Amino acid sequence: MISTVQAVVVTALVVVGSFFLLVGTVGLLRLPNVYNRMHATSKAATLGASSMLLATTVYYGPVGDGLTSLVGIVFLFFTAPTGAHVISRAAQKMGVPFREGADWPGTVPMHDEDARRDDD
Amino acid sequence: MASEVPAFLETAVLGGLVLASVVTLLAGYRVIRGPTVPDRVVGLETIGTNVVAIAALFALQTGEGLFVTVSLVLAIIGFISTIAVARFITEGDIIE
Repeated sequence: MISTVQAVVVTALVVVGSFFLLVGTVGLLRLPNVYNRMHATSKAATLGASSMLLATTVYYGPVGDGLTSLVGIVFLFFTAPTGAHVISRAAQKMGVPFREGADWPGTVPMHDEDARRDDD
Repeated sequence: MASEVPAFLETAVLGGLVLASVVTLLAGYRVIRGPTVPDRVVGLETIGTNVVAIAALFALQTGEGLFVTVSLVLAIIGFISTIAVARFITEGDIIE
């Protein structure tokens, strides 16, 4: 029904997507901080799901259901960074502390005395 | 799967389904144990993304193209719930 080239491409995309999903979840479990965990999931897990959807596009062809999964890829690439940004802002407003040595952009570093003196 | 697809494709899709399911279960650890509320939200968002991938793989395995639409709807619901929880954390309520 589907050609051999199509089957090989779909298999490769499924394997790549599985790898990225695995990387994303390992990052979610192992990284130390909510900001670092978000960094792992919002990029790696999104790439994994997008790769699976791209495999579906190759399988079904560029019309009908394949086009729907292309729309899904575009939607994921819009929403995943937006969601991660909103959650990180909420965490920072809640007062979840940063990891040692990290600062909010644009503020005086709390740990760096030289930079603080220069700012005064 | 649909009619006569190569055996390696069937094996790859089945392996991908098993791995995505195991990974989704593991993400539940962060939802249960996560020290802060944003940790749990990130865990739930990861589960949502993984279920999108599972729905796409299921569309490949069964040959039913309808499950692609299911994955799109799941992505939309996950995004809306993430925004709602984040707004609940910062503002205190969702609709004022």
